[in-house]
Order: sequence, then structure tokens, then C-alpha cells
Amino acid sequence: MLSLNNIFETIEMIDKQHLDIRTITMGISLLDCICEDEKRCCDKIYDKITRQAEHLVKTGCDIESEFGIPIVHKRISVTPMALVAGSTDAKSYVPFALAMDKAAKDCGVNFIGGFSALVQKGYTGGDRKLIASIPEALAETEFVCSSVNIGSTKAGINMDAVAQMGRIIKETAHLTASQEGLGCAKLVVFCNAVEDNPFMAGAFHGVGEADTVINVGVSGPGVVYHALQSCKGQPFDVVAETIKKTAFHITRMGQMVASEASHRLNVPFGIVDLSLAPTPAVGDSVARILEEMGLEVCGTHGTTAALALLNDAVKKGGVMASSHVGGLSGAFIPVSEDEGMIAAALDGTLTLEKLEAMTCVCSVGLDMIAVPGTTTAETISAIIADEAAVGMVNSKTTAVRIIPVEGKKVGDMVEMGGLLGSAPVMPVHEKSSADFIARGGRIPAPLQSLKN
Amino acid sequence: MKAIVTVVGKDQVGIIAGVCITLANYNINVLDISQTILQGYFTMMMVVDLNECETPFDELRQGLKDFGEGRGLSIRIQREDIFDAMHRI
Repeated sequence: MLSLNNIFETIEMIDKQHLDIRTITMGISLLDCICEDEKRCCDKIYDKITRQAEHLVKTGCDIESEFGIPIVHKRISVTPMALVAGSTDAKSYVPFALAMDKAAKDCGVNFIGGFSALVQKGYTGGDRKLIASIPEALAETEFVCSSVNIGSTKAGINMDAVAQMGRIIKETAHLTASQEGLGCAKLVVFCNAVEDNPFMAGAFHGVGEADTVINVGVSGPGVVYHALQSCKGQPFDVVAETIKKTAFHITRMGQMVASEASHRLNVPFGIVDLSLAPTPAVGDSVARILEEMGLEVCGTHGTTAALALLNDAVKKGGVMASSHVGGLSGAFIPVSEDEGMIAAALDGTLTLEKLEAMTCVCSVGLDMIAVPGTTTAETISAIIADEAAVGMVNSKTTAVRIIPVEGKKVGDMVEMGGLLGSAPVMPVHEKSSADFIARGGRIPAPLQSLKN
Repeated sequence: MKAIVTVVGKDQVGIIAGVCITLANYNINVLDISQTILQGYFTMMMVVDLNECETPFDELRQGLKDFGEGRGLSIRIQREDIFDAMHRI
């Protein structure tokens, strides 16, 4: 029998500690939409998405109402568009992004991911056209998210793509300058991208996936923070145990919602992504969890160790609670979307270098970071290369979502709006990496033994 | 289908009576009640059976909420499964 305490513990988590299901993401394969004619291909894409996801939002809202648990986002991810559009002789892939955008709008979801290309080893013709179309596609659409995988542990790093993505990010920022470079918040550059990620902006539906699946991303930094307040001054063994137990509770709920959504939509359940995803709301911050462990400000010495413990304990607790775990599964550290991170960056304690170190032990990377508009494309490429190297060598996913905001300088605030939050513009090194980036070619895949 | 109704608010005469009448009007059977005063607040949990209830869930949830708001009570109804999932292995 459930006790009064159990019931009210759950209600308090939802009411006061921001416990929610962060996203239900429907992954839809578009491989059966491949066709030679551009217009017909776009029509097929629109038709398939709207047919499969017709009831997604309604089902999400019904579950929210019946179970009393907020489901913040309902989203769609699709097959990397370069694979689908590559069959046509279209010169620009912007029409494909517009078809995705219209489908997303008509389904009522708030993002659609998959305007993507996978070029870790090399480009196809479709990949080239898609990447060239990214700035315009992101400027002309509202809901479309884009991602490019430029490296992997098995393939190494495609430095030509790294160099190009620096320019693409600059151009995207330029075309969306009136919205403080918002387009760049919808563009992720990955190393070791995963095929079943439900979180935006990096979600796409991999080719190894079923035709349609339901993936769920849980959240709950506030719940972990609250639980840790009860073990002040205790050794790390107690801290790890407490996080594990909390993660277990959170993930069980995610699993239940995923099964329910999968059953109602008659779509197979894919995975639960065990992530701690913060929001800009006070009390929903990953940085504050690290500070609760005893750090004065997130970013000071000890932050990487604290994050390593947190990330590992969340996974250990969550794995047993779900039948299939996947996606990115790790604590997120997006600067603009985390109230504590924003404060730490404003304070000057949290720097780009420390964030890079932190990404060695958690997902996903240098995320939602605003840098001065004067930052060169080569410097952005070099930042991407560093981050990709961390992912490649450590066999983990890393990513860069960076926003060079035109007209802004270090210390200025950038407002992204909504859950994208606001970020202080952070300093980057002034010394040039241009000759390094100009080399191009590929960084070979790393050795996977003799690890030191 | 079983659901859990929770009621929290300032203690006053007739809370249980009022909630039970409202539930009865929706043709909802009460299976179990557990109630206490926590930190000065009336706190109650009821396990209810919705099999005979024909009102859509969303409307029912709103109806209970409205009933509570007029009396300074926070009333919610949630499917039992969410609590089972979180607290039972």
C-alpha cells in the first residue's frame, strides 16, 4: 500500500522541485520518402511526419493531465536530411527545412530535429549541399534544428568539416543577428553523435532505428539538489547513494510515461535518456547541485570531480529504473539554460576552459555559450576541434553549440528567450588558430589501448 | 482505473464530506482514505475507483480543482500508476 508520505513526496517533487518529463520525442524515419523529384520528396516528408505524429501532442497532454506530471516538450526527430534530400538534384536544401517546419507547426510540436549531416569521415554531395543550406534554413524556419557530426572515435575528426562549421556558425549568427544569433542555438556540431537522442537541438533519427519510435528525456536537477540538502557535510559515499536513489525515482517515472505514450500511440518504445537537464528557473540548476556538494561557485577547483560523481551516480541510479537506456544520458551543462551556470559565468569563475574540462566527465559539451561577435570563424572551428578531440579520445559524445553574437562584447548579456535562457558573453583567446584550421584533412582515429 | 485524490489545505469543518459528495456526484467510488494533520495543514489521500465515472479525466480534474479553490484547498487527482512506478519495484 502506498503511504501518505510516498504520495506527498511525489507531489512535492513535481510542485516545488521542478520534477518533469523534459521531452517526449517521436523519432520518424524518412528513408521511405526518398525520391528523385524535389517537390514530391518534400510533400512525402510533410505527409509522413504529419501522419505519424498527428496525435503526439494530444497524447502528451492527456498523459500530463491524467498523471499530473508536466511534460515540457513534445518533439519530433527525423532521419538526417542529407540522406533523404541527397537523392534529388536540388541545389539548396532550404525547401526541405521548410517542409519540416510546416510539418512541425501543423503537428503542434515546438522543435523538429534532423536537418543534419554525418560527415565524420567525409562528405557526400548531399552532405555538402545540406551544410551549405544550414544558415538560410535556420534563418527562415522557426522550429527546425540542425546538427552535423564531424568526428567519431572510429573515424577520427574531419578537419575540413570543422573548418567549414566555423564559417557556417558565423553565417548563421549573421543571418539571425536581429534575434541575437538565435539560429546558432538551433545548431549543434557533434563528435560521436548518438542516433536516439531525444533532446534538442541535436536530435535526429538514426538509420539503425525502427520506422517510428518514442524516446523520452527525463529531468530533475531540482529534485537532486533538494535531496542533497539533507546530507550536508556527509562523506561522498552518502552523496552518491542519495543521488542514485533520487535518479531511480525520477527515471521510473520517465519509464512509465514512455511506456504509456508508446502504448497509446501504438509506436514502439525506444529509450529513456537519463539526463539532468536544467532550465533557467531558480531551483532547476545543475550548477547549484555542484555547489551544494561544497563548492563556493560552480567552476572553481573541484567542479570536475563533483560533476563526475553526479553524472555517474545519475546513470547508476537510472539504469535499473528503465528497460532501455540510451540517448545522451548524462548531466547537461548548457550555460544559458542554467541559472547557476549563468551566475557562475557572470562571476568570472566559470570559464570556457573549465567548461571544456567538465565535458570530459559529463554530456554533452560546450553548450549554449555566447561569445563576442568579433570571434573569428577559425577560432570557433578550433573550439570545435578541441571539444571533438575530447569526445573522440574518451569514446563519448561531445558537442559545441556556440553563439557568436554580433555587436556584443565580453560581459554583455544575450537574451535567447524561453527555455533557451540568457547568457553572458564569455571571453575567448585572442591568439590565432587560423593556420591550424587552414591545414584541413583528417585527424586519424585514436588508439584504443595503451590508455594514459 | 484507480486514481489517487489528494487534498491539502487549512483544516475546516466538512472537508471530507464535501470531497466525498463531489466524488459521488461523478459516480466515483472511494476505496480507501488516509488522513492526518501535517504542519498544521489538513492532508488527505484517497484511493478511488473511476470505472463507473463517465466524465472525461480532464474535466474531472478541473471540477475537483475548482471545488477546492473555493475553500482554500488544493485538490488533485492523478492516476495511481505514477506513484506505483516511483515507489514500488
